[in-house]
Amino acid sequence: MKATCWTGPDSVSVEDVPDPSVLNGRDAVVRITSTAICGSDLHLVDGYVPGMQKGDILGHEFMGEVVEVGAGVDRSKIRVGDRVVVPFPIACGACAACRARLYSCCENSNPNAGLAEKVFGHPTAGIYGYSHLTGGFAGGQAEYARVPFADVNPLVVESDLDDEQLLFLSDVLPTGYMAAEMCDITDGDVVAVWGAGAVGQFAMDSARMLGAAKVIAIDKEPYRLDMAAAQGYETIDFETVDVRSALLDMTGGRGPDKCVDAVGLEATHGSPHVDFYDRAKQAVRAESDRPHALRQAITSCRSGGVVSVVGVYGGLVDKFPVGAWMNRSLTLRAGQCHVHRYMKPLLERIERGEIDPTRVITHRMPLVEAPKGYELFRNKRENCEKIVLSAR
Amino acid sequence: MKTLRRDPLVRGLGLASAALGIPQVAKPADVARGIGVAAGPRQRTATVAVGVRELTAAAGLLARPHPVWLWGRVGGDVVDLALLTRTLRRHDGRGLGRTALATAAVAALTTVDVYTAVTRTGKGSETTLTATTTVSNPPEEAYAYWRRLEGLPTFMAHLEEVRRTGATTSHWRASAPFGRTVEWDAEVTEDVPGSVLAWRSLDGADIDNRGEVRFSPAPGGSGTEVHVTLRYALPAGALGRAVARYFGEEPSQQLDDDLRRFKQAVETGEVVRSEGAPAGKRARGEFPQHPARPLTSKELKKLTKLKETLS
Repeated sequence: MKATCWTGPDSVSVEDVPDPSVLNGRDAVVRITSTAICGSDLHLVDGYVPGMQKGDILGHEFMGEVVEVGAGVDRSKIRVGDRVVVPFPIACGACAACRARLYSCCENSNPNAGLAEKVFGHPTAGIYGYSHLTGGFAGGQAEYARVPFADVNPLVVESDLDDEQLLFLSDVLPTGYMAAEMCDITDGDVVAVWGAGAVGQFAMDSARMLGAAKVIAIDKEPYRLDMAAAQGYETIDFETVDVRSALLDMTGGRGPDKCVDAVGLEATHGSPHVDFYDRAKQAVRAESDRPHALRQAITSCRSGGVVSVVGVYGGLVDKFPVGAWMNRSLTLRAGQCHVHRYMKPLLERIERGEIDPTRVITHRMPLVEAPKGYELFRNKRENCEKIVLSAR
Repeated sequence: MKTLRRDPLVRGLGLASAALGIPQVAKPADVARGIGVAAGPRQRTATVAVGVRELTAAAGLLARPHPVWLWGRVGGDVVDLALLTRTLRRHDGRGLGRTALATAAVAALTTVDVYTAVTRTGKGSETTLTATTTVSNPPEEAYAYWRRLEGLPTFMAHLEEVRRTGATTSHWRASAPFGRTVEWDAEVTEDVPGSVLAWRSLDGADIDNRGEVRFSPAPGGSGTEVHVTLRYALPAGALGRAVARYFGEEPSQQLDDDLRRFKQAVETGEVVRSEGAPAGKRARGEFPQHPARPLTSKELKKLTKLKETLS
């Protein structure tokens, strides 16, 4: 089959690889119909996440049709021929984390837990195509994928919605929703969202859906800010104005009630000297992540507010505003999305027309053109917001 | 170390060190010529250095014998052999026979040194490993899974086979570093269903070992805390441990990984595999990894031969 492989830092190619097969009894094999490139794939491609190996198949947002199930799969839950959307974290369904519905913290699904433990203290769930730190699972930017614990993970879809309306249930839509949900939004809240990529856009939509009075998008790409403005959100271009002053100005000096970091470890900063400081430290591995967005969110948030982090961080940062966090009673909440929790309720919202996932799609291309897609997305060319790859 | 002081082989090596060291320090030029080596200033300096080392070893072995001096001699032998091999390769021909003879003598002495060091290094040094995990199953279930001893090899990396030989006895076979296999008979010494299981190896074991697993209810009815303690006497003691570690065998990490796989097996019925780590419990130390892409049919065949899938 054809698959998108990581072949080294900044290098991606579509290669012929063997078809996947059932390795464990509770596996299924899914023939992929649609898949997508996620912003967090860029952290992998750029080489900032440890534990990538040449030849790894990328991709963790995918959906398709079940073509094979292992002997141990509960067939009342999933059968050959089912149309499924596959959530990116792999959950076992049986451990304490899964029972507490913290699926992205599954205690059993990462066979490289020993490695993850050294970096994170406790291991986290396996994720498709997301480095060997999260298990070394083959990814879904391919024609087929193996899905472990098939009776626990995929959402079986009976609706006749097309792929584009369903695909983002695998990651970016629930991730954006969880970012807003973690903010505990109450009627009248002002919510600021750093990063107007697909996750940021869905965080804004969700914030409004949950009762926010005003939503503010912070980014530097005009086309992303335009996309947010088209939905009626206010915007800040961090390249041209000082974010904190702008936020204070827009909130009568209080600061936003709730802040979302939908950026993560490769954030850029409007001030060249601050950006240079973190890039230099990152280059010599003195810190692993550039936490500009996170710092700004913490210092801008109103006292007693919530900072919700779904942007991906990998390791250790420096100059973390711990004083602001503590002295101003901020709540910090974070997590890889526990996708399984949100798939069904969000599917219902899509069916009722409350949310339109397709609004972020700017590019559609066949799987074999994935390297071109990475190039467009990474360099933000052709106003690229979200790419859907068709694998058929 | 009183036994080492009376050990004739250790005393003999101490005296041999002195006999070699004294002339090397006193008359380095004569010694160099004697073994068919030119007696220039470099050779003389090297001979004195070797002599000082021999005298240090002699003092250590005769005055305060400890295995470390024996291993020091082995290290010295390696250096000597390297020097002599280099000399042989660059030899101008005069006295070549004597150099060859000296090399053979050092090689013979090396064999004796290695034998002495290995056999005299503390066999009694016991290693204790502990690890713990929490599983969501009730204590009776977790205990029952462990009590079926034949099933232990599905999640314990080093175990190849456990076979019941009686009501409380069993035979164990495990892989050891450097491709060796060790076997022992064991008996259950304590067995309280749902609570504790302890065992120890019987006389004649390749490696004396004992262990126990305690199962206790986790707070709030959230499952079972599993505490494992393993004690075993490693051959070659601390040095064996260091060498094993150098080759990627970190015992405490391995026990942690074993217990993690126990949790996977008892909670989900499977030892989880990924394309990057397809070999289940055999993915020791989690390195090296296969790229995260599906396996070829040849790799799959090799994997099915391992026969450790639970499902």
